[in-house]
This record gives sequence, C-alpha cells and structure tokens, in this order.
Amino acid sequence: MSDAAVARKIPTIGAVAWLRANLFGSWVSTAITLALGYIVLRVGIAFVDWAFVNAIWHVPYSKTGIAETAVCQNTKGTGACWAVIVDKYRLILFGRFPYDEQWRPAVVIVLFVALFALSTIRAVWRKGTTARWVQRVALAGAGLIVLDNAVDLLLIVASVGFGVHISDPLAPVLEMLNTIGKCGLVFGLLLLWPAIGVWVATLAVIFMLMSGGILGLSVVPVDYWGGLPITLILATFGLAFAFPLAVLVALGRRSTQMPAVKTLCVVYVELIRGVPLISVLFMASVMFPLFMPPGINIDKLLRAQIAVILFAAAYLAEVVRGGLQALPKGQTEAADALGLTYWQKTGFIILPQALRLVIPPLVNTFIGFFKDTSLVLIIGIFDLLTMGKVALSDPPWQSFSTEVYVFLAFIYILFCYGMSRYSRGLERELNSARGR
Amino acid sequence: MSDDPRMSGARAAPKRRIRLSWSDPAFRAIVWQIVIAGVVVAIGWYLFSNTNRNLSARRIATGFGFLDRVAGIPIGESLISYNPAEDTYGRALWIGVLNTLKVAVIGVVLATLLGTVIGIGRLSSNWLMAKLTAFYVETIRDIPLLLQLLFWYTMLQGLPAPRQSWRIGDAVFLSNRGIKVPYLIWETAHTWAFYGFVAGTIGTFLWNRRANAAQERTGIRPAVWPVGLAAMLGLPLAIWGIMGAPMAWELPVLRGFNFQGGGTVSPEYFALLAGLVLYTAGYIAEIVRSGIQAIAVGQWEAAGALGLRRGAILRHIVLPQALRVIIPPMTSQYLNLTKNSSLAVAIGFQDVVSIANTTLNQTGQAVEGIAVIMAVYLTISLSISLFMNWYNARIALVGR
Amino acid sequence: MTRFARWGIGAPILAGLFAGVLAIGSARADGSGSATMDATRAKGQLACGVSGQVPGFSLPDSQGVMRGLDADTCRAVTAAVLGDAAKVKFVPTTAQNRFTALQSGEIDVLSRSTTWTLGREGNLGLNFAWVNYYDGTGFLVKKAAGVKSAKELDNATICVQPGTSTELAIADYFRVSKMKFTPILIQELSEIQGAFLSGRCDAYSTDASALATFRFSQGPKADDLVLLPDIISKEPLGVMVRKGDDKWFDMVRWTFAAMIVAEEKGITQANVDTFLTSTDPETRRLLGVEGEMGKALGLDPKFAYNVIKAVGNLGEMWDRNITPMGVPRGINNLWTKGGLQYAPPMR
Repeated sequence: MSDAAVARKIPTIGAVAWLRANLFGSWVSTAITLALGYIVLRVGIAFVDWAFVNAIWHVPYSKTGIAETAVCQNTKGTGACWAVIVDKYRLILFGRFPYDEQWRPAVVIVLFVALFALSTIRAVWRKGTTARWVQRVALAGAGLIVLDNAVDLLLIVASVGFGVHISDPLAPVLEMLNTIGKCGLVFGLLLLWPAIGVWVATLAVIFMLMSGGILGLSVVPVDYWGGLPITLILATFGLAFAFPLAVLVALGRRSTQMPAVKTLCVVYVELIRGVPLISVLFMASVMFPLFMPPGINIDKLLRAQIAVILFAAAYLAEVVRGGLQALPKGQTEAADALGLTYWQKTGFIILPQALRLVIPPLVNTFIGFFKDTSLVLIIGIFDLLTMGKVALSDPPWQSFSTEVYVFLAFIYILFCYGMSRYSRGLERELNSARGR
Repeated sequence: MSDDPRMSGARAAPKRRIRLSWSDPAFRAIVWQIVIAGVVVAIGWYLFSNTNRNLSARRIATGFGFLDRVAGIPIGESLISYNPAEDTYGRALWIGVLNTLKVAVIGVVLATLLGTVIGIGRLSSNWLMAKLTAFYVETIRDIPLLLQLLFWYTMLQGLPAPRQSWRIGDAVFLSNRGIKVPYLIWETAHTWAFYGFVAGTIGTFLWNRRANAAQERTGIRPAVWPVGLAAMLGLPLAIWGIMGAPMAWELPVLRGFNFQGGGTVSPEYFALLAGLVLYTAGYIAEIVRSGIQAIAVGQWEAAGALGLRRGAILRHIVLPQALRVIIPPMTSQYLNLTKNSSLAVAIGFQDVVSIANTTLNQTGQAVEGIAVIMAVYLTISLSISLFMNWYNARIALVGR
Repeated sequence: MTRFARWGIGAPILAGLFAGVLAIGSARADGSGSATMDATRAKGQLACGVSGQVPGFSLPDSQGVMRGLDADTCRAVTAAVLGDAAKVKFVPTTAQNRFTALQSGEIDVLSRSTTWTLGREGNLGLNFAWVNYYDGTGFLVKKAAGVKSAKELDNATICVQPGTSTELAIADYFRVSKMKFTPILIQELSEIQGAFLSGRCDAYSTDASALATFRFSQGPKADDLVLLPDIISKEPLGVMVRKGDDKWFDMVRWTFAAMIVAEEKGITQANVDTFLTSTDPETRRLLGVEGEMGKALGLDPKFAYNVIKAVGNLGEMWDRNITPMGVPRGINNLWTKGGLQYAPPMR
C-alpha cells in the first residue's frame, strides 16, 4: 500500500469520521454546515459580547434613590444593561408583596418547583409501600391541621349561626376552601393516595403562605400578590381544579345513555375551544361582575382563575377523551360482563388505564397553560409578564425592554423546558412499553 | 367489527318499555339527564336574570343598536375605506374581522411553509442542521407568544426613522413606519393578464391530468413543465404585451412626516405575523417530523427498490401517507394561530378583538362587545374545522 | 372505611357551602345611612381603583408601594372613612374594566385619571365627586421634527390609547381642522410610550399632565421632546363613585374640600398638630376641635385631621407627586393663586 493510499484512507471511527458522516457528508451538507456554522458563530459571539462582555450590572443611584442610567444608555446596542434586573428582580418575581415579607412568595416558588419535581417520581403516585415515609411526615402535619380546622369550622359556623357579622362575603368562602383543602389532605392520605395528599397539602401551604393570618404570619390581601407566584398559581390551581371537571365532561361526551348530557358536553367543549382565551378572560374581567347579584364581588384574580379553569377544562376534556378512546373496547365489555356498575367500571377499570395513557399530553397541556397565563396581562392582573412591564414603566428603565424580556423568557424556558423534558421521557417510556 | 352480520343481530337490544323504577338504568339515565339539564338551565337563567337586573339597575344600554351608530373611533389600517365621521361601529367591526383574516390566512400559509422546512430540517443527516432546528423548536415553544410579540414589536421599533430608512433604490423603504413598497397602478391590461393567468393555471391542470392518463396508458409521461410555463407565464405576458404593456408604479415618497403613496406593511402587522408564524412553525415542524417518521422505513426501501429517486419517493410515496397523520393536528394548529391572532390587541394591530374592545369601551356595552368577538371566532373556527375535515376525508385512506 | 371516607369528605364540603351561603346572606342583610360606608367599615378596607402604571399618578415603586396623585387621593379618602390611610386597597384597573369595576362594587372609589364627561355621568350610573386634576388633551412631539403647533400635524402618525376620551377628541380635532392622521392604537401604556420614543409615531397624544410627567421622566433626554402649546380639549380628571349613595359621594367631595381649606390655611402634614390649639373658628371646625362637622357626613369629627395627617393638604399632594415630574401647578392651583381649586366653606 502506497503512502498516498494510506493518507486517503477514510477512517470509520473517531472524531474525523464523525465529522465526515454528520457535517461534511456531501457537498450540499458541507455547504449547509459552513453557512450555518458561520451564522451560529457570528450570532453566538455577538450574543456573548452583548450579554456578558459588554454588560453592565450596576448603575449609580442619585441621592433621592433614582437610578442614573446614563452609563447604560451609552452602551445600548452593544452591551446589556442587567442593572435593570438587579434593580427590579424582586418587583418582577414577587410583585407588590410587602417587601419585608417577600421570603414568603420565594418559599412558595420553591414549593411549587418541589411539588413538580416530586410529582415526576413514580413512587409518589403508587399506592403502597414506597411512599410510606411521605405519608408519615404528612400525617403528623395533618393531625395538627385538623385540630386547627376544627376550631376554624366551629368559629365560622358559630359566627354565622349566631348572626355575628362577617364583613367580606368572600372571606368565609375562602376560609372554607382552605378548610376543605386541609380536610381533603387528611382523607386523601387516609385513602392511601400519597400523591393527592402531597398535592393538596402543598397547595394548602402555598395558599396559607401567600395569604397569611396563620402561625403569626401577617395577612397579605390578594391584591398585593404578583409576579411568578401568580403565574404558578393560575396555571397549577387552574389545572388541578379543571382536571376533575374535564374527566366528567370527557365521560359525558362519550356517554351513550344520556344524549342530553352528551350534547351539553359537546357544546361546552366546542364553544370554549372555538374562542380565544383572551375573550374568556375579557368575559371574566368585564362581564362576570354583571352576572352576580348586587353586593357580591369576586376578586379579579379569582375571576381570572375561574376563567382559566373553565377554559383548561375544555382542552383537558379532549385530552382525557383521547385516552378513553385509545383504550381497547374489550376492557369495557369485560367490566360489563362482570356486572360492574357504571361508576365501578369507570373508576376502577377505565379511568386508571386511560389517565395513565394521557400523562404526556396532560403535561403538554400544562406547559401550554403555564405560558398562556401570561395573557392576563391584557386584563391587568399582575403576573410575571405584567410585572416585567410594570418594571419597564419606571422612567429610568423605560428603554431596557430587551433585557427584561430576555430575563422573563429565561424564566419561562426554565420551567417549560424542565416539564417538556419530563413529558418526552414519559412518552418514550410509554411507547417502548407498548412496543414490548 | 361492527359490520359483522353475526354480531349485529346480538347487539341490537330488543325494544322494551322503560319501567318507572330506580333499578332500571334507562329510567335512571332519564332522571339524571333531567336533573343535570335542569341545573344547567337554572344556573343559566340565574345568571341571565342577574345580568338583566344589573343592566337595567345601572341604566346600561343593551342591544345591538350601536352597530348602526357613527363610530367616531380612528382606525389605523383597513382593507376597505373607513371614515370615522360617517361610518358605523358595524363597519368598524367588519374592518376588524377583515384584519383578523388578513393575519390568519397569510400566517397559516407562511407557518406551514416554514414549519415544513424546519420539520424536514430536524430529520436532516447534517448534525448541525438537525441540532439547530431542534434548538429552535424547543426554545420557541417554551416562550409565551405574548412575550414574543412584545419582543418583536420592540425590535421593529429599533429600525431607523423614515428619513434614515434603509432603501432599495427609490422603490422599497424599510423604516420604523413599516415596509413601503411601490404600488402598481392597476389598469385593464392587468385585469386581463390576471384572467390569462387563471386560464393558464386551469389549462396546466388539465394538461397534467392528461399527462397522468397518458402515463397510465403508455408508461411514458409527456413533459408537463414547458406547457405549464407557457400557459401560466407566457399567456398572461402575451395578453399584457398585446394590450400595450402598461407598467406605471406609484412610488412611496417621503413628504412631511411620512411616506405618501405606495403600499405599506405596518410594523404592528409585521410583528404580529412574524410572531405568529415563528411560534406556530415550531409546532408545525414537530407535526411534520412525527408525520414523516410515522411512515415505516420499509416504504422508503420498497420505493427505492422500484428504482424511484429520493425526491420522487418523498413526493409520491411518503408525503401522501404522512399527510393523513399530519392533517388532524395541523388543523388544530391553524385554529390556534387564528385564535392567537387575538393577541394583536397587545401590540396595536387592530384586529376584531381590538376594535370590539374599543367599541365596548366607548359604548359601555360589554356583553354585546364580547358576544361579537366570540361569534366571529366561532364562525372562523368552525369554517376552518369544516374545511379541514373535508380535506381530511378526501385524502383519507379509501377502505377496501 | 370507604363509606366513612366518603361522608368524611362530603360533610365539610357541604358545611362549607352552607356556611358560605349563610355568610353572604348575612353580609347583605344590614345597612344604614351609606351602604358603601358601612360595608367599608365592616371590612376595614377601602377598595380604590387606580391605573398602577402612570408615573406621578399611580405606579408601584421598587418596594411595591403605590405612589402618585391618584394613589394619594385614595389614601386621603380612606383616612377620612377609616381613620387610617394604610387600610386602602389599591385595585389596578385597565381603561377598559374601570367602570364595570366601580359599577359592580369591586371598587368603591375610582381614582384613575378619568375625564368627567356628560356621557359618562349620564350612561354609566356613576358620579364624579371632585376633580383632582384639571387637564386637557395635548401633543408631545420630538424636537427634531421641528413642529411648533398642532396645526402642522397633517398626515402625522399619532400614538394614542384606544377606548379613551383622547381618542375621540383627536378624531374630532383633525376632522374640524380638515387634516388627516394615522392612528397607532395600543392599549398597553408602556407599549404605546415605547412606540412613540422609538419614532413609530410622530406625536403622542393624551392628557397634557401625563405627557408632561412622561416628558420629565425621560431625564436628560426630556429636552428632545416638545409639548405643543395647543390644548385641544378640556379633560377634568375626576374621582368617581357609584350613583345612589349620596353620603358616600358627600364624603369624597368634602375630603377634597378639607384638603383645599387646609392648604388655604397653611395646615400641613407636619404642622397639623400645632393647629389643634388654633383660635381660628374655621380651622377649629376643620380639625374637629369644635363643632360636629364630621358627624354630619357620617364620619369621625376629626376626619380632616386624619386626612391631613395621612397625606397632607392638596398642595402637598401635588408637590410630592407632580412637582418632581416638572409640571407647574397652573390652573390646578388654589383659586386665591389663580387656579380653579375652590372649596365651599366648612360651616
């Protein structure tokens, strides 16, 4: 073999081989690689220059506490002014929550993340042994909460029964939701559903942390809530409450026995899915107050939450229906043959299997709603995106929208990417399991 | 399975009378339906009566009479003529509907094109291409559309002012007032040329069918493209030439504050369109990718064994099959794009939501305003659904 | 076990719903004099609608505290009713939902730079109690454009918020002047201001006050912007309440009167305590040292003292919120100083 032949010999493994196969396979591929590579390098370098090399992290403040952003104005276009984030990150993340109490929304964010992370662990969803430790810890807490609740309940019933004036018509309802939530926790655990127990407990703790009034926490009314917790609350509570409704609607839509119920469900789902979310939000914001009898006011956030729930339920119902349809007919027939009633059949045979199938699209729907909550900007609710805009209303920082938008996008990507990774992992697992 | 004649006999339950007993499921079903329907009607009636009482107690006007009143609200861009001093709220809302359609239709076309390219790019054997498109799809889908729209709109505002605008000769100007392009002064010759183009297209279509038939018959396919070229391009050009080849352009001219004359693509429209297209393309890319991947490798290999080239395999074997998988999720993406165009209200493009919003604000009639928005979107959504269902049925696998 | 569990979950839910319904019923049952006032006192909180986005009028600072003239107006009214300005609840409203929020009782006072017009008072079931800012529609342009008067704005592109009285005023003005304009209509305030600064529009039009604060807020760049001298409409920005609760209306109106009288007398947040020993009869009546002026309104006799202690007099409110924005007081001054703010006698 001549030297030239050796030199021309094409290696089949190693970096060079990989490059040949994946980047320079043909002249078209080579051209694409070169063109894209050039663009990536240019954009990448420009971005690094802008975001890090030329970035400005701090600006001086005048004696009256107003930021002097002249330095930033000068580097505009070549360097990012992260000073706007340094100055405003607490306003963006926590909204108007009292400054000294902002550890509470911070803990709430951590709790939400922990809740999502915990939910991805399979053992938590299984009845039985592996999650016993979760139960023990939660049960101890639950006992305390039950006591606390019994007192709450007595107080409320007594105050109403004896005609004691309760000021805000909504307060007892909220209190009740709180109570029901906490009781639900206890019974969820009793029924050995650790996952539901954990969810209810965490959501209850989140609610208590935000609103206060318990364990010496000062009361913070809903209108002071804002930022990331609002986004998380709208999306998570929205889906948690929409889910049971969605299951019912999906079952109703597949009902053969009850044409009237089926029609209702079809109309509901198609009506909601046919209109944009912001029209439903407008309805909650402008029309809903007209629906209520005089004297009853439902907080704006709660109204938006209801709108999100009703909207999400229609989409979730379709996801659940997909799962129901994917289930082989034999399952229903077998259950019928055993003489199970409708609810036994549905509760023990159909739903457990159907819902397992729809977890990946469910997570995708959740990601969708996590992003879509940003639409509450249009009706003036102070979620993460709205707080970003509020931060930008401050005169000195008005012209640094790019920095704030990038920061917001980063937070959204962080959450959505994590969740979509999880859903894709599940999907792959389900597919391979089905293939076996 | 249900077509099986042996089964159908056993399936059809004999008609029997419903017993008035709780143990009879049919009776229970009826009772439950009455109860549920009753509850829904009761809630509906309760809300309706409350609303009526509130509206009258607060002396808020009701009814759609405002549609005939003079609007007085200014509107930025419109496909039909509009004069706030004379035209009604009804016409203003109709302008909004047209603007919504203008974004939705063009958005759907562009998003499909871009999405398909990116979807195929994800399957590219070029590593850089595959990774970059994957990165694009992942990132664009993780950022709320509203945030993206705000971002693009801010970016577009960074363009130079009209006087410093980037230009191509004296014809095309790009500034923060949008893209200004020359506007062809339309004459009869153009109309006829257009008719020629339509006739040419039909002719090409017919020739193509003949070519197909000839190929079936003889195995030799007559060339289509020269005929197509002649019919679709040559014919209109010939007509235009015979009629004197008029070609006068109205150029945009910077006068006073702004460009006068010429056609405009406003930054609001462009930002909305760009945001919608880039966002939806991320989803469409995934649909296209999974659609192509759903086609078994055997199909490629079998077609290859028959001696077809790669392009022909894609066009004649893979894509027709992939379309069946692609169409249903694609439909919901088209619907999403249309509904998402309502976010125009945040960046000042005057779609139907934006104009209805202003209307309900000026008239104080919230219920009617929102009813208009919902009716418009329901109509559009249903139309798209119906069309796509028809198309889906047309390309569906014909059962043997 | 299962049956127990089922009832165990069901019982508290039922009890909760029952209690909730009862509570709503009981809350609606009572009421005397001013229903709004009773409800506000019972809640210990006054819901006040603001914009939450306009510097100088209402905007949360970096600590999240609402600052501005409209915000202080809310505080003053709250101090009058509840004695403590901290009990105010700021409800951010949009241009679109502000009226429904007030109509439906979600808020009890609307202090959101809202123009007092016949249409609004006639059609919406709402009343204007006082004007906290006499304003007019103006135009802000870039100096570079070289425009000296609104009459030169033919064919200009104008940024304006939709659904406002400004929108209609501009359409009227251009029609009367036989000029054309291209509107850019964006709901979001920061978005429309950004559009103007970036040069998307030739002019930005809204209430002259907002234009002035906006111009000032640009700091060193303020000199690049010119506020045109033409004021094309009257825009008295008022504080709104619902129709049908006259006592509540009176309370808001006289809170303003008290702040004006305080300014006339030189009573400020800092020195109000020294006036408690004053011998001037009107001062004594104002501060509740003498007579029962507050009682007649259904308020604490010292309501005006509480208001001044909380936010100061009208001039102080102005100096705190508007002066830093570089807007002269002009017609918003006291009548004694050539302005329009004039209080009926407190007697």
